[in-house]
Amino acid sequence: MTMTTNKAPSRLDRFRDSFVWYSFKRDRTAQLCLAVFLCLVVAAFSAPLLAPTDPYDLRQIDIMASELPPFWIDGADEQYSLGTDAQGRDLWSIILYGTRVSLLIGFGAVILQALLGVTFGLMAGYLGGRVDAFLMRLADIQLSFSTLMVAIVVGAVVKATLGGAFYSQYAVLMLVLIIGLAEWPQYARTVRASVLAEKGKEYVDAARVMGLRSKRIMFRHVLPNTLSPIFVISTVQIANAIISEAALSFLGLGMPETHPSLGSLIKAGFDYIQSGSWWITLIPGAVLVVLVLSINLLGDWLRDVMNPRLYKG
Amino acid sequence: MIAFLIKRLMHAVLVMFVISVLAFAIQDNLGDPIQQMVGQSVPESERDALRERLGLNDPFMVQYVRFAKNAVQGDFGYSYFYREPALGVIARHLPATLELVFAATLIIVLLSVPIGVYSAIKPRSIISRFFMGASIIGISIPVFLTAIVLIQIFSIGITVSIFPESTGWGAWLNGFFSTQGNMPSFGRGYDLVHVVGHWDTNLATWNGLQHLVLPAISLASIMLPLFIRLIRAEMMEVLQSEYVKYARAKGISMRRVYFVHALKNTMLPVITVGGVQIGTMVAYTILTETVFQWPGMGLMFLDAINRADIPLIVAYLMIVGVIFVVTNTIVDLIYGFVNPTVKLTGKPA
Amino acid sequence: MALLEVSQLDVRFALRQGEVKAIRDVSFTLERGERLGIVGESGAGKSVAAFSLLNLISKPGFIAGGSIRFEGQTLNTMSERGLRKIRGNRISMIFQDPMMTLNPVLSIGEQMVECLKAHRRISSRDARAIALDKLRQVQIPSPEKRLDQYPHELSGGMRQRIIIAIALLLDPDIIIADEPTTALDVTIQAEIMALLLDLCEQHNVGLILITHDLGVVSQVTQRMLVMYAGRVIEQGPTREIINDPQHPYTQGLINALPQMATPGEKLNQIRGSMPSLSNLPSGCAFHPRCDFIKRADGQTRPACVEQVPGFVQTGNCLAACHMVAELLEDRRLKEESQ
Repeated sequence: MTMTTNKAPSRLDRFRDSFVWYSFKRDRTAQLCLAVFLCLVVAAFSAPLLAPTDPYDLRQIDIMASELPPFWIDGADEQYSLGTDAQGRDLWSIILYGTRVSLLIGFGAVILQALLGVTFGLMAGYLGGRVDAFLMRLADIQLSFSTLMVAIVVGAVVKATLGGAFYSQYAVLMLVLIIGLAEWPQYARTVRASVLAEKGKEYVDAARVMGLRSKRIMFRHVLPNTLSPIFVISTVQIANAIISEAALSFLGLGMPETHPSLGSLIKAGFDYIQSGSWWITLIPGAVLVVLVLSINLLGDWLRDVMNPRLYKG
Repeated sequence: MIAFLIKRLMHAVLVMFVISVLAFAIQDNLGDPIQQMVGQSVPESERDALRERLGLNDPFMVQYVRFAKNAVQGDFGYSYFYREPALGVIARHLPATLELVFAATLIIVLLSVPIGVYSAIKPRSIISRFFMGASIIGISIPVFLTAIVLIQIFSIGITVSIFPESTGWGAWLNGFFSTQGNMPSFGRGYDLVHVVGHWDTNLATWNGLQHLVLPAISLASIMLPLFIRLIRAEMMEVLQSEYVKYARAKGISMRRVYFVHALKNTMLPVITVGGVQIGTMVAYTILTETVFQWPGMGLMFLDAINRADIPLIVAYLMIVGVIFVVTNTIVDLIYGFVNPTVKLTGKPA
Repeated sequence: MALLEVSQLDVRFALRQGEVKAIRDVSFTLERGERLGIVGESGAGKSVAAFSLLNLISKPGFIAGGSIRFEGQTLNTMSERGLRKIRGNRISMIFQDPMMTLNPVLSIGEQMVECLKAHRRISSRDARAIALDKLRQVQIPSPEKRLDQYPHELSGGMRQRIIIAIALLLDPDIIIADEPTTALDVTIQAEIMALLLDLCEQHNVGLILITHDLGVVSQVTQRMLVMYAGRVIEQGPTREIINDPQHPYTQGLINALPQMATPGEKLNQIRGSMPSLSNLPSGCAFHPRCDFIKRADGQTRPACVEQVPGFVQTGNCLAACHMVAELLEDRRLKEESQ
């Protein structure tokens, strides 16, 4: 052991030594899920490069070529590999763009949820008393209503207040706001639970005795110790946000058909499923499921590996 | 028990208060009853007079108290679209939704308990692994997509021709994977039996039940995987406990260990979490009913949103709030009965 | 033939990092009505030994070798069905923490009656009568009331009395008690221990008492085993071991008792702590903590680091220590040369 150097290990080295990396190397499912997820993300965000047509450009759409089936079915046009939707848009292109919209809203909403939830959770857990009681009762009420219900109601009210046209124009922003507002309690409860667990520990007392202000204790000392549960629920929350977005769009409270997400593609295609054009709805549906499934499986794997204290229920 | 009940009741009142304030705020901001009552042609001065007479210029709190008073008496105003009391419209749509939720709950309870328990007892068996895999896939499919896939398979039908039709096994496989597709997937059907009041039931006739099958399965599909995973996780935790080990050390049969010692303790947290989840199923009825055009409250609510039928929206919110509060209270009461450690204080020891 | 014969018991845990040997080469016997103590620090493998007797170690643990024979039947290869007839019936157990042992959602009566019904064809009414009788024997106040109560309504001491009553329900041959008083208030520990001893003597029940409390062992048991890092390092009649321990570890344990200290002076302690089972020292597992590892000439005894010591007999005791062996050998050589 004479060769030991005193250099502190870099972050990368520490990651390589960690249990997370170790079990990732051994877990085929996790590797596959990450690969699928990354492929979808890369494909979605390079949609303008990969897509043969620009579905947002009305001039490129041929209404005569509507409802063409995908390539493996008789009557397909080889110009459209996955066929076309009811408006004659190339399905492959519109799915790429739609996935991008879904991912954008999913990530945006989760960032907002996390910001709100972590702040409220820290406040509730650290300050306790009335702040805690108020915030947690609010979270209880919101959760007992189910986040989907809250999102639908908020979406409906916002849409009715601002008018359909305005709502459609800023749909991405609106959906991020709605889903972010609807789902913060998940974060708040998890963060509060781990703050309460951390609060009893000696280092927090030590920090207080040293005269640090509570804001500083919260963000510099307590927050880092609640990161692993936050990380784990974030994966699940992204999956949930994408599903919520799809649900809102399916109900007509989300992305307009001119700038569709995967959810609005499914909705648009559903009207044609009785006439036999199942691909318009089921292919975007399959993409949505693969996307959400890969995130959920990653989340499951992370939870097993990091095994944090999660708020139950 | 009395202190427990009072505590629950106060919580319920608080929740209803918050919901009613929100609902009223929505109504106050969005609904213009004058517009609906008199139309465009009436001059502004007359409108103002009417507004004054109806108390619409009163302060927010005064109006809220009036609203709450009416709401308690079941008066939520008139639906713009149906031109009748909003509560009546909801009462007409409520039974269809409740039957759907009931059928879905039945499916969930009947399947999740045995599957969850089995996969906790034998976590490594192939069947358990299959159910765990299936449940995570189930969680990842949005409820409306499940519904659409069910419609495609069982209502429209699929013809599979990827296997060579010329060979015997190819034809057989094609036939095996193809479906007829004659399940109804639209509305409640023609064969409803009148029970009482607004309640016509799907549960009494073959045609009614057939119409119920696909919507109920779709609605159940969102909660079933969650319940399976919840029951499995709780059961596995309980099986690690000292009292289960002690029960084994007493030499009692494994069946009794699993189904008396472990299951009862497993079900306690499942009842609390699960009960709330059953309540939230009402939210998912909006999606299921939209896909299947099931004439329940959910479909009615979505129509009301699209028609900007504010009184109906507000009434719906209040009724759904009542449903949530009632289910939560019932769940707490059941929990109190099942768990001997819950005493007067209402807190589990 | 002894009532219970354990020979060369070997228990392992199959962990992700590889197999850990929790218990190695443990052998002992128990006669009818005899009381045996198993002593050691936490992590020495005493509880694993206790649970493996009835094949109750939970996964990933398993019995890798040796045998456990009860009245001539080999328990470790017996079917689950066969074991069930012995568990709670012929051999019953008392667990460490009475707060965790009783099922919180079942009444005391249910938990007693189910045990009787599992082993005898008996009506509920008769089972309740027996349960009540046993509750009286453990001197619980107002026993009739207890049957319909739930565990959370009772104190820790009362719960442990109930667990003793359950252990006695079917008049077993052996009771295995795993630290039965550790989780209780100090004030009632002695009371519960006296009750257990009294009932065992009355009914001529064999007792295997697992504890880290040498005082209790010396009062209650006739013979004892001392365990360290999964092995038995000393065994024999309790009085002989307590009065004249051979193994340096046992000596250290006895010297560490507060009763052995002079008032005003520091308590004695054994330096260091027990090694983890997955990373045992070579040779004698105790050697890094042993004061006798150096010979008089200042040389480390090589055997201590290189070889696992075998048992050496002194009087009626067996001690697994090179030091004892070498000293005996020295003495023998000296006698020979004279």
